[in-house]
This record gives sequence, C-alpha cells and structure tokens, in this order.
Amino acid sequence: MSLDVKDIPASEAGDLGGIDHGKSGIRVLKNNIATVLIWAAFLIALIPLVWILWTVLSKGLSTILTVTWWQKDQSGVGAPGFDTNVRGARHAIIGTLEIAAATSVIAIPIAVMTAIYLVEYGRGKLARGVSFMVDILSGVPSIVAGLFIYAVWVTFFGWKLNAFCSSLALVLLMVPVVCRSTEEMLKLVPNELREASYALGVPKWKTIVKVVLPTSFSGIVTGSLLGFARVAGETAPLLILAQYTQFLNYNLFSGNMAALPTLINVNVPNMAGDQVSADRVWGAACTLILLVLVINLLGRLIGRLTRVKS
Amino acid sequence: MSSSTGASLSDELPDPDGRPPLRGDDANTGRAGDKVFGGLAIGSGIVVIAMVVLIAIFLLFQAIPAIGDDKVNFLTSREWNVSGRRFGILQMLWTTVVTSVVALIIAVPFAVAIALFLTHYAPRWLAGPAATVIDLLAAVPSIVYGLWGVIIVAPKSEGLQNWLSDVLGWFPLFAKVPSVGGGTTMFLVSIVLAIMVLPIVTALTREVFSQAPAAHQEAALALGATKWEMIRTAVLPFGKPGIISASMLGLGRALGETVAVLYILSALPDSSKWTWSLFNGGDTFAAKIANSASEFTGGTSTGAYIAAGLVLFILTFVVNAVARVVIERRKAFSE
Repeated sequence: MSLDVKDIPASEAGDLGGIDHGKSGIRVLKNNIATVLIWAAFLIALIPLVWILWTVLSKGLSTILTVTWWQKDQSGVGAPGFDTNVRGARHAIIGTLEIAAATSVIAIPIAVMTAIYLVEYGRGKLARGVSFMVDILSGVPSIVAGLFIYAVWVTFFGWKLNAFCSSLALVLLMVPVVCRSTEEMLKLVPNELREASYALGVPKWKTIVKVVLPTSFSGIVTGSLLGFARVAGETAPLLILAQYTQFLNYNLFSGNMAALPTLINVNVPNMAGDQVSADRVWGAACTLILLVLVINLLGRLIGRLTRVKS
Repeated sequence: MSSSTGASLSDELPDPDGRPPLRGDDANTGRAGDKVFGGLAIGSGIVVIAMVVLIAIFLLFQAIPAIGDDKVNFLTSREWNVSGRRFGILQMLWTTVVTSVVALIIAVPFAVAIALFLTHYAPRWLAGPAATVIDLLAAVPSIVYGLWGVIIVAPKSEGLQNWLSDVLGWFPLFAKVPSVGGGTTMFLVSIVLAIMVLPIVTALTREVFSQAPAAHQEAALALGATKWEMIRTAVLPFGKPGIISASMLGLGRALGETVAVLYILSALPDSSKWTWSLFNGGDTFAAKIANSASEFTGGTSTGAYIAAGLVLFILTFVVNAVARVVIERRKAFSE
C-alpha cells in the first residue's frame, strides 16, 4: 500500500508556520480560506441533526417516559379537544416491529442470495443486469413501491389490504440496501480462504455456506440491521397501504394494524389546536427516532467490533 | 461505509492485487447441492430484475387506460381534477423537479466540502465518528424531517424568506407569492430535501475521494503546492465523475421524497395563477399520491394517480441510470 497522505502533519502539508517556502501570500490565504470553509461546512451540517434530535427529545421524551405509553394502545380515544388522555403507543410499536420483521424475513434471504450470485457466480450480461437493477431498485421512490403493491393487490387481484401489503412494499426498499452491504462484505473475504477450501476438494456451495458466509456473517448482520432501521422509519407506502387502527392487533394478515408513522399521521391534523394530539405525535416521533437510531448504531457497532480485516 | 444509503461504488474497485476474481468454477461440481444453491442464487438475481420489470409493467398498464380517458393533455395541463377526468402533471412536474434541483444545488457544495473534511482535513480520531454522524442524518425517518420542517423551521424561516423575496423579488424565481404564508414554500422544501440527500451524496463522494491516488497527492505536495492546491489538482479532478454520479443519486432521492414534502408544502388552491417563484406552494408527485390515497376508488381515479407514479418512476429510473453510466465510464478510464 502507498503512503497515507493523512499521516503528513498539517505543518508540512500546507500551513507553513511562518517559514518562507516560496509560497506567496495569496496562495497561503486561499489555502486558509479553503480550510476554514471545509471545517465550517462540516459544523453547519451538524446543526440540523442536533436541532432535530433536540426538538424531538424535548417535546416527546416526557410522553415516552410514562408506563402507559408502552403498555396501552389508543382504544377509547375521543374527539380532539375533548380527550385529555394521551394513552399509549403499544399497538403502533408492535405494528412497526412486526411489519419490519416480516419485511426482513422476505427481503434478507433474497438480498443475501442476490449478493452471493453477484460476487460468487455472476458474470456476463445477466450479472450486469442484476447489478444494474439493484441500483435502480435502490433508487425507486418508496411511494412508487407502495403504489405498485396497491396496483397489484387491490386493482389487479381485487384483494383487501392488510398489514402484510406494507411489508411487501418495504421488501422492495430493503433488498437493495442489504444486497449492497452484503456484496461489500463478501468481497472482503480473502480469496485465500476460498482457495484453501477448494484445494481440500470442498464443493463450491459448501465453500460459500461454510467458509465465505461465516467469515462475512457480522457484516451481513450489520447490513440487515441498517435495512431494518430504514424500513421501520419508512412512511410513504404506509400512507397508501396501511389502514390505521387504534387497537392492538398482532395479526399481519387480517384486520387493520397501526404503525408509528401512521399513528403520527393520524394525529398531525389536530396537533395545532390540541396539546394531547401534539403529545401523541411527538411521543410517537420520539419513539420512532430512538428505535431507528438504536438499531442503526447497534448495526454499526457490530460491524466495527467484528470487522473482517482486509 | 455507505451501506446505509443502499448504493455503493465499491464494486467499481479493481482487485487490490490486480488478479482476476476467483470464481471457483471447477469446484462447482454439478452435484445436487451445487445445482440447488447456484439455482437459488441465480433465482434471487432474477427476482430482483423481475421486481423492477413488474413495477414498470403494472404501472404502465394501469396508467394507459386512465390517460386515454383524460379530457385534457396529461403532460401539459396544470389541472388536477380526477373525478372530472381532467388531470395533467405540469404543475407537479415543475414542483418536483425544481425543489429537487434546488436541493441539489444547496447540498452538493456542502457534500463535497464534508467529504474533503472526512478524507483530508479531519484529525484521524475525528474522521470515523464524524462520518457516522453524517450517516445518521440518513437514518432520521422522513416523517420526522417533515414534522420538524413544518412545525419548527417554517415559522422561523418566514422572516428570511420574506426578506429574500423583498431583496431579490425582481428575479422570477424569488418573486413574492402573497397567497402562501407561514414559510411553507418550495424554498423551505428544497432546504429540507438538501439536508436529507446530504448523507448519500457525502458518502459516495467520500468513497471516491478516499481512492484518489496517493502518489498524485504526494507529487503535488512535493512540487510545493499548498494543501488546497493539491486537492484542486489531484483530488477533485479524480473525483469529478464520482461527484456527478453521487449528485444524480441524490437527485433521485429528492425527486421521490414523500412525507417531508407532504407535511411542509402548502397546497395550491385550484386555478391559482402560474408563477415561477420558489416561494409558491404546490405538490410533488409523491406528496400528491400519498395525500390522495383516499381517492383511490378504482377505474380512472386510481389510474390517474398510478400514471403520476409512473412519471415519477420514469424520472428516477433515468436519473439513476445516468448516475450508473457515469460511474461505469470512470471505471473504464481508471483501468
């Protein structure tokens, strides 16, 4: 490997510390301006993140620190303005987790097998096509994914919507995320391991299952958790496909099911005039953002602790 | 790590040792296990292709009859009256494209600067955590961006927006629109979209910058270049195709963003006057579709929204495909 430029101390790499190395004032000035602007850009980018976290925590934390928030659903909710009880979000939390879990059960095998195909088998036109379509799929807007499932499920087959439809739409969004990160991990597995396995006469599929996958397992877990976090926070398809209910429902395949985004969406129209609705909105937003960030950071932590040394 | 964004440039990296990839074809014994496993792998790849193809087919076939039923020109009408079978996408197309492009114009300089910060300026202990923090911006759910934008930022930004339209109002993009108040304008949507696409553009740009050849950078420094001159001569030219394709991917994300736009942007009253101004309200494709789910009553009314979704799908497809082509060409050059 070549020398890492970052190892050169700043004093040698630009800032001359007052010694005249033949760099005119205007060039040094430009250099300093660039340095300041680049630091400033990073610091400015921190503002929205901190501001959003502060907003959501300061407005929602008191709601989610109550026991009823986690134990009760919204049954018995009254008209806005006449209801003084925030109640709980258990139905929405369980709905969000169930929908995201069902999505993962379908999406992760497809994504991992696609990544295996691209890294271990793929070549020629079909592999390029698959790789291209993974890129396209990762750019498909979530609302289009929702619309597509609606077009298939309701318009074409004439079936009734249920919570599983949301999962199906989210599969389209999760597959490319997990596939790309799995692909990256599979590429990091040293070829020596594969060669050693082949040399022992192990067939290709067993090499992949027993050598390649275990070596990259933590990376696949990381990618899956990041994908889970993404679909758990996704709202757009749910606006088309999910039928909100105030009651707790464990069954993905029948009846309506709430989710945190739809709980927010139902209460948003009333939040301007009604503090209880506003509390529900910020409480749900706070729960959602904590859920997503915790899973996301957990995934990164697993990835960092058990990284394959390349 | 760009896996949070679902897209990656790493498959464009040549093998570190310059060897062809190991395929192990001779170990592919053709016995049952290999046949089944290989079949599953190819099958999954085909499922992925089928997903995209099916999206296109279903949207297309349900959009065509609705467009045929349309009493006005689907592409050039600004009206959106589904029950009266008069619907055109011009207003939505304008709102969608302009908010996304303005978002990109704001986000790309920041993303390039932050990518440079992460690869060349940040002290080593800071670079990793700083990259994670930027990636976390992508993890914040878009509904939270929407809430934050409309409840917190919109009232605070109203003064700034009024001031801008007072000072720059002679320019059509910044003209005053008296009917839209409260700061819930395309201008604010662009800023929020810029924040939302910042992490993906940064992650991809960073990856390209970190691959800039160290030898070129050292050579520039050895010739007496300042750090900034080194970046301008050795890093930015190398990263240019990466920046372009990262921007296109960011544009694709911005075009399809739904809930944040839905919450922030004021709806326009029917038959409102056309204006070029950024301080106008409106609807993007995605927001209009999400907001009208209750109008999906079958036949032409559903078809009209599916047609709008099809246009959005085509837009993002083209933008993503262009991004991909730009990167492929870079790969061809660097090999």
